[in-house]
Amino acid sequence: MRSSMFNFANPFKLRDRGVMGMNRRNFSYISRYNDRALYPNVDDKLKTKHLALEHGIAVPDLLGVIRQQHEVNHVFDILDKHNGFCIKPAKGSGGKGILVILKTDENGYMKASGDYVTRDEVIRHVSNILAGLFSLGGAADVAVIEALIEFDPVFKGLSHEGVPDIRLIVFQGYPMMAMLRLATHASDGKANLHQGAVGVGINVATGKAKRAVQYDKPILTHPDTQMTFADIQIHNWDSLLHLAAGCFEMSGLGYLGADIVLDKQKGPMVLELNARPGLAIQIANGMGMLPRLRQLETLDHKRRKSIAERVDYAKSHFND
Amino acid sequence: MTSRKPFLLLVGLLFIVGISSIYHRHTKMGVPLTPGEQIDIWQIEAEIEFTATGNPVTAKLTLPKDNRFTLVDEFTASPGYGMHISREEKAPSVTWSKREAEGKQRLYYQASVKRAIDPAPQPAPTGSKDVEVLTEPLQSSLNDLFKKIFSRSGDNASLVMQARQALNSDDQDVAILKSSHSKSSIFTKLMLMAEIPTQMVRGLVLEDGRRKQSLIPLVQIYFDEQWHLLDIESDVFDDELPVLVWQQGAPSLLDVVGGRNSKVQFSISKTTTSAVIEANNAATKGDFFDFGLYQLPLAEQNLFKGILLLPIGALVVVFLRVIIGLKCSGTFMPILIATSFIQTELLNGVIGFLLIVSAGLLIRSYLSHLNLLLVSRISAVVIVVIGIITVFTVFAFRMGLTEALTITFFPMIIMAWTIERMSILWEEEGGKEVLIQGSGSMIVAVVAYLLMDNYLIRHWAFNFLGVHAIVMALILMMGQYTGYRLLELRRFRPMAEDTP
Repeated sequence: MRSSMFNFANPFKLRDRGVMGMNRRNFSYISRYNDRALYPNVDDKLKTKHLALEHGIAVPDLLGVIRQQHEVNHVFDILDKHNGFCIKPAKGSGGKGILVILKTDENGYMKASGDYVTRDEVIRHVSNILAGLFSLGGAADVAVIEALIEFDPVFKGLSHEGVPDIRLIVFQGYPMMAMLRLATHASDGKANLHQGAVGVGINVATGKAKRAVQYDKPILTHPDTQMTFADIQIHNWDSLLHLAAGCFEMSGLGYLGADIVLDKQKGPMVLELNARPGLAIQIANGMGMLPRLRQLETLDHKRRKSIAERVDYAKSHFND
Repeated sequence: MTSRKPFLLLVGLLFIVGISSIYHRHTKMGVPLTPGEQIDIWQIEAEIEFTATGNPVTAKLTLPKDNRFTLVDEFTASPGYGMHISREEKAPSVTWSKREAEGKQRLYYQASVKRAIDPAPQPAPTGSKDVEVLTEPLQSSLNDLFKKIFSRSGDNASLVMQARQALNSDDQDVAILKSSHSKSSIFTKLMLMAEIPTQMVRGLVLEDGRRKQSLIPLVQIYFDEQWHLLDIESDVFDDELPVLVWQQGAPSLLDVVGGRNSKVQFSISKTTTSAVIEANNAATKGDFFDFGLYQLPLAEQNLFKGILLLPIGALVVVFLRVIIGLKCSGTFMPILIATSFIQTELLNGVIGFLLIVSAGLLIRSYLSHLNLLLVSRISAVVIVVIGIITVFTVFAFRMGLTEALTITFFPMIIMAWTIERMSILWEEEGGKEVLIQGSGSMIVAVVAYLLMDNYLIRHWAFNFLGVHAIVMALILMMGQYTGYRLLELRRFRPMAEDTP
């Protein structure tokens, strides 16, 4: 009674449900399974791209890199060749500093939201990136220009003004929990849940939707398009699981979040890896992730399992 | 997983070091637990007067021996005399000597004493003294008297009471005894007959502003497992006034060789001083446990008083972030804002902070149209902040709002960086997130300020460095807290409800 009075959950109940809190994530998983020296593998998007190429992990094409302030105007040389593109800081975090341009026309550059930005604003954005405004600790950074994802039409009507992506938590190489993130008008085309994107819990075994949340609260239909989430079935789910599992070898991180997009032509591609994935995925799935993490911790990790073996394990054990 | 043992050991060690250092500073060095505590220091001046006969002169004054008091300082004034202080265990004394002196001589001994912080309890005396047998009929009267009071008493305490009553009554035996012995002496003999350790001493009543005092005869008696000091003679001395026992046992107070008509007189004055200052003065006199902070120049000491508050602020930040789960921008920004609140006072600080940040955000939004590079934009914001502070200060002064002048205490760079980050946050995630993080930082800063400005905590942070070891241990422990943050209980509330 008391806890509901103050809108607080009973901590024992949360523990029974295996909900992981921020402190446990930081202490028991991130700091224990993610070697600090490996962080640049995921924090530096250029490095991530090179690693991905080495490991045969599909990623969006790299259109160009701007490293110096005096090169900033070259950005338009690159942009002129491509209609849509995405400019991001190589060392950005939490989706900060990402500028997505869907198309270029006489009005300027059109963002996912439909608003236009001017050349000056593009230049300012790139020089902000170079000065390190979005990078951790304000270190000098480089701007990475990436090809735009042509997202799979299966998501039509489900994601508003932005690219939907699939976040998988991969623990020790095992895809363990998944969620589909759908941009909303409120999230300004971004797939970050705390900015208002919708999170749809996905069954790891089948790729089927379970339930959806926005702002940590369960919802049934998309707030902008009113489409229901219940029938979502992500196709290519198997290859998506393999892709996510392969990110373990690629990054070396024991606990990571892989953000995967489905491209119309190229199929699943890794958009970004995250060494500190958030916890909203538990709310989207309606289940805590501690039981699965503990189950995986008891496995024998001495002999390296192949990606296929790990995906099979995940599919047979994490079906709900 | 690495073993937790070394960690727990470290935390335990920090706690032990912290607590024992606080204990030591408080009980052994007398640093009070609350600031503003005062202690009394008595200045006692013994003035010795005698007439020298022209021969070599030696004057020996017995010094006080009372473990309930600590000597703070002493000095002597004695023109032309050689002087030697002996700290003999049994009877400390000061001796003046001169080859040749004639006429009236005046020698001075001055001592400052304070109550001992932790007086070692004097043990019960062992073995009973032989009672000297008096001549008849005195001995028979004494025996009768003893029988009377003994039969009327239940224990040692009541025996003492009975004896004192009897000595003040018009009992015949008492009258006989009093004809040749002092009350104290009769009392002592009675107590010794009851095998209660008792001795006659002479003490000085410490009362501020008394002059020309002499020692009064007192009786020290051991019962109820401690020594009691009684004034049997007059029964008038005020229990409230402390008494310094000067003379115990045999040696006389003053021995003068080569002089006559010698006398000693005492003057007493009391001063009060801050207990902290006095404890630290005592500490700097060679106690190796002194950390040296108090020997620094005053300006540096004041600086340290500020610096030593930062760990308290850090503790607040760690607690509010790890246990409560408040969002704030940056870890140390709230602590630095809290330190400026200390200078500005809370209300002025909060208003000033809001004024600077909101004015800064407005101007920063104009700057963002100028397409500046980040470094020059930050620098421009710094200058703008200085401008805002200047304008507010001048304006407030004109309006007669002197409280607003404290706005100048805000650290410029921190404010500029705060404004810059808030403005980026605004552009990126909207005003709501600015409000959440801004008010989070504000709450953390205010809570940190309230603790850092608490007079007790300020006193502890500077005077008991052990506190910082404890703070460190707490911060380390919270670093290993893996439970839910309070606000997560709210966030994950849907998870605890009905759904399977």
